[in-house]
Formats: sequence, C-alpha cells, structure tokens
Amino acid sequence: MENFTPISALIGGSLIGLGALMLFIFSGRIAGISGIASNLLFSAQQRGWRLAFVVGLIVGPLAFGLIKPDFAFTTVELGWPVIIAGLLVGLGTGWGSGCTSGHGICGMSRLSPRSILSTILFMLVGIIVATLLH
Amino acid sequence: MPLLIAFIAGLVMSIGMSYSQMIEPSKVLAFLTLNKNWDPSLLLVMVSALLTYSIGYWLFVAKKKPIMADKFYLPQKRAIDKPLVIGAILFGAGWGLVGYCPGPALVAISSGSSGTLTFVAAMIAGWFISRQLPIKA
Repeated sequence: MENFTPISALIGGSLIGLGALMLFIFSGRIAGISGIASNLLFSAQQRGWRLAFVVGLIVGPLAFGLIKPDFAFTTVELGWPVIIAGLLVGLGTGWGSGCTSGHGICGMSRLSPRSILSTILFMLVGIIVATLLH
Repeated sequence: MPLLIAFIAGLVMSIGMSYSQMIEPSKVLAFLTLNKNWDPSLLLVMVSALLTYSIGYWLFVAKKKPIMADKFYLPQKRAIDKPLVIGAILFGAGWGLVGYCPGPALVAISSGSSGTLTFVAAMIAGWFISRQLPIKA
C-alpha cells in the first residue's frame, strides 16, 4: 500500500460527487458520463447541455493545471489492448446503460437495484481481469 | 443557465478525477490488481463520491423539483435484464484490461496522448455498435 493517497482520494471523490449532485439538483439530470457523451454523439435531441457538460470534462485538467502548476498525469501507450478495451468499454456501457458515474455513483446513491448489480459486476470482472493480466 | 450548470458540473467532476488521479490508468489498475502493491485509493474515491451524492440526493429528492428544470429525469428501466448483465461484464473486462472507464478517458483527451485518443475512438465505435445492434432483453 505504498502508493495509497487517502487525502487526494477523499477530496477528489467528494468533488466528483458534488459535480454530479449539482447537475441533479439544478437540472434534474443524472450525471452518467457514458450516456451523456453517447447521446451527444448519436441522438439529435438535448445536445446543448450535453455538449456543455462534456466540454467541462475535457477542460477540467487544464483548469486544474492553473490551480496546481506542477500537475501532470500519465496516460496509456498505443497498442491493441487499448483498442480492444475501448471497444469493450463502449459496447458494455452502451448495452448496460451506464458506467462508473451513472451506475456506480448516481444509481447506487438512489439504491437502484440495476445500478447496484451493474456496479458489483463491473468491479468484480475488472478486478479479475486486471489481477490475471497485470 | 442550464448550459452553465452542465459545464460547471462537468468541470467539477473532471477536477475531482484529476486531483484523485482517477484519470491515470495506472492508479486505477493499482486498485483493480490485487496481487501486487494493492492501492485502495479508488475505494475512497468511490466512498466519498457516493456519500456526497447520497446525502444531497436524499435531502433534495423530497423537494420533488430541480431548481432550474421542470422535473427530475430519472431512469425508467427497472428490470434486471440481459443487456444490463452482459454490458456490465464487458465493461468490467475493458476497464480491467487498460484502466480507463468513460469519464476518465474523456477527461484525459486534452493530454493529446495517441493511446488515450485511440481508446476514446474505439469507445465511441462501441457506443455506435451497441445502438445499431441492441441485445434483446
């Protein structure tokens, strides 16, 4: 557990919850990122707020870099695993109607049985796949 | 105003993901990979996000109406069905393979990393295919 970062995890997680809560309280919308982004691309309706939300997501690290100038983050190497994983995540969140934000945070908070089951399943499969492969 | 609210909501979530390092696949995999140097940080991210959202949700849901919209748009589906289960399993497999879920992958676009951009393109292709070929419930 040498890389455990409890303080930034707690503050960062609270901000994630706060942003999602704000969208719900003011606009009545669920902050499910896969649903918002895929509807923005593939549904003709309600594009305005979805675009604004996704722009907010994308400029986040740039804004954070202004607050914390030494901020830098690591990404992933280009390769087949990235292509396969991207497809699986797209198909899975599309068919399963949600991801870590929509099911894992908003849905579990509402005690939705669909979201609780989905979150247990994707966490469990994620742990099994990562532990076997890495 | 709804546009500004949506923008700030996305921005705050994104800063939260950046600060907690959840936009870094290696940090996420350090939680999902149990057999070496297990890092429980992601668990605390989930717990604090859940607590914050739950408290606000249950205090506010009694009010019946959002501040700036005519109603709450809650998901109508109730059934535990095949698309939900198959989808969650495939999503978990992709997440465990690389360490990106949709939010962090989109947030990391601004890095310009070819790996991240390719992941996002493949994810968008996956969303498109899932709409063209829906699974029967």
